[in-house]
Amino acid sequence: MATLRELVEQRRILVCCGSGGVGKTTTAAVLALEAARAGRRAVVVTIDPAKRLADALGLEGLTGTPSRIDGDWPGELWALMLDTKSTFDDLVVENASSPEQGERILANRFYRNISGALSGTQEYMAMEKLYELNQRTDFDVVVVDTPPTRNALDFIDAPRRLTRFLDHRLFRMITSPSRGVLKAVNVAAQTFLRTVAKVVGAEVIDDAVAFFQAFEGMEQGFRDRADAVFHLLSDDDTAFVLVASPRRDTIEEATFFAEKLGEADISVRALIVNRMHPRFGDGLAEATRERAATLEGTDLGGLYRNLADFQLVASREDEHLAGLADAVSPAPVVRVPFLSSDVHDLDGLTELAAHILPD
Amino acid sequence: MDPARFFAASRLVIVAGKGGVGKTVVSAALARAASRAGLSSLVIEVEGKSGLPAMFGQGALEYADAVLHPGGGPQGDGEVRARTITPDEALLDYLKDHGLSRISKRLVSSGALDVVATAAPGIKDILILGKVKQLERAGVADLLILDAPAAGHAITFLQAARALLDTVRVGPINAQAREVLEMLTDHDRCRVVLVTLPEETPVNELVDTAFSLEDRVGIGLAPVVVNGLYDDVPGLAADPASAASQADTTLREGEAEALAEAARFRSDRMALQEEQLGRLAGALPLEQLRLPFVFTTEIGPAELEGLAERLLVEVERLPEVV
Repeated sequence: MATLRELVEQRRILVCCGSGGVGKTTTAAVLALEAARAGRRAVVVTIDPAKRLADALGLEGLTGTPSRIDGDWPGELWALMLDTKSTFDDLVVENASSPEQGERILANRFYRNISGALSGTQEYMAMEKLYELNQRTDFDVVVVDTPPTRNALDFIDAPRRLTRFLDHRLFRMITSPSRGVLKAVNVAAQTFLRTVAKVVGAEVIDDAVAFFQAFEGMEQGFRDRADAVFHLLSDDDTAFVLVASPRRDTIEEATFFAEKLGEADISVRALIVNRMHPRFGDGLAEATRERAATLEGTDLGGLYRNLADFQLVASREDEHLAGLADAVSPAPVVRVPFLSSDVHDLDGLTELAAHILPD
Repeated sequence: MDPARFFAASRLVIVAGKGGVGKTVVSAALARAASRAGLSSLVIEVEGKSGLPAMFGQGALEYADAVLHPGGGPQGDGEVRARTITPDEALLDYLKDHGLSRISKRLVSSGALDVVATAAPGIKDILILGKVKQLERAGVADLLILDAPAAGHAITFLQAARALLDTVRVGPINAQAREVLEMLTDHDRCRVVLVTLPEETPVNELVDTAFSLEDRVGIGLAPVVVNGLYDDVPGLAADPASAASQADTTLREGEAEALAEAARFRSDRMALQEEQLGRLAGALPLEQLRLPFVFTTEIGPAELEGLAERLLVEVERLPEVV
């Protein structure tokens, strides 16, 4: 099994996944930085980075195009923030049979809502961006951060879910009027939609119908792309890096995540656990706690109490982690200590890198 | 401030914050603290699976109510209940209430809800908030605690009503959005409790969220909860060897180092958290309720009791008018 360092130095694509608040974005940035340090041309796609990290990476806003970060490394480091809407726009333009069809779709109000409102769109566009960057020959490695999803399938499935949506049976009926036997069904669909319109307003339905009509004929292109993205994710040159924190609930989510990836025939290639409490000494929390109790009221009692606190939390973290480590076995498990300060600049990333990828 | 008065200030409390700051724990602690002050509460979850029932020593939540902590007892506890609300279920309820149950199943099963929700973004959020509003109006408990989605989404979630008023100009959804907005902006009916950790990024995000919620939604903000603070322990500054001789005892080999390093780690983190608390106070003129870091990896009933008790102490420390 490859070490994390080997993954960073050899793989074409690294996908950082996991639940929200576990440090995925920062971890993705560290992996890209280390790839650049190893002499590779690396690009990292971030999703909603904290402002100071975005500043550190020179990401002033959504641009959709990578910007280069200068620094003292033999390779190249590029970063971009995912712009869901422009990524989607590009995809539409690329798949449209004529410039007019593309324009018609981009101008549709319903379409404009898709990028913001349809669940899974952000996940899909992250994967789409990954696909697009992978096509380019000026990067050796693409590192992608993923939206905080509870369910791994949400983003593996996102491309297919979206095509299913675009292919919606109900709208197929409306957009293909009066096709013989389908006509009766069509009438039923119209009735149904009229009822829905009573609830949400006819305008809303009109926009939707106009969108599906404009979209006619483009589904195949979208479907093919969704398949291509899916194959890219299951490619041998793609490595999934699961990011977690040692709390019981996030460990449970990460375990579930790993299982779901497994069901899609995708293995976790490395597990990074952030914010691990340090372990001090080799004593057991219970014994230390007892000693603290007998010394209650003295300075030494306080010192023991503090030590017991950390020994307890460290051993609990280890217990929870053991199950997850088994679930992703034989993937390497990297434990990253709770750092004494926040990471929001290149120095911070470098410090973190020393823990994630020790030399 | 008297806890009973604090918790009675608005029927609905929305708990919001960035992922990983402990929104669910804080929701649970608020519910249990209100319960100890004699108020009944209903915790509402909107993101499906959560650790909430486990904190009360119980299993998974269903859409129907579940009792997490019984009312009564020697202290006259208020009952704590919980339920989840999903958009699909809220929609079915809504359609039933509007005499449209005939099409409701089909709307959900055909996936048309997704289409409609895309046509008018925010509709799912309005369905959920509309259901919350209905529960608030019905007065199903003294206090409703809504465990909101993570920060970025929380703003969209709470802004949905205003946004939807522009998209859907007539009809029942418009009326629904109007009523939800009325509830959200009425400070006597609804307040938001923002949760953060004493760390740089969460503090920054909390400040941004606070201003967005006030400016863009017009929502009332309750004191913020700063979660996960290391409590002080006396003796941290002492040298282990001299502390040992003072206590007339000896240390095992290597113990002095372990004690000193652990003490230094806690002191360092405490200094950092002080800095963040100060920064938060400077950036946001809101009272702070501080909750301790729990030195374990999961919150069970015992830990929850400790947090609820601490919350009550913190509430009592608040000035009368907040």
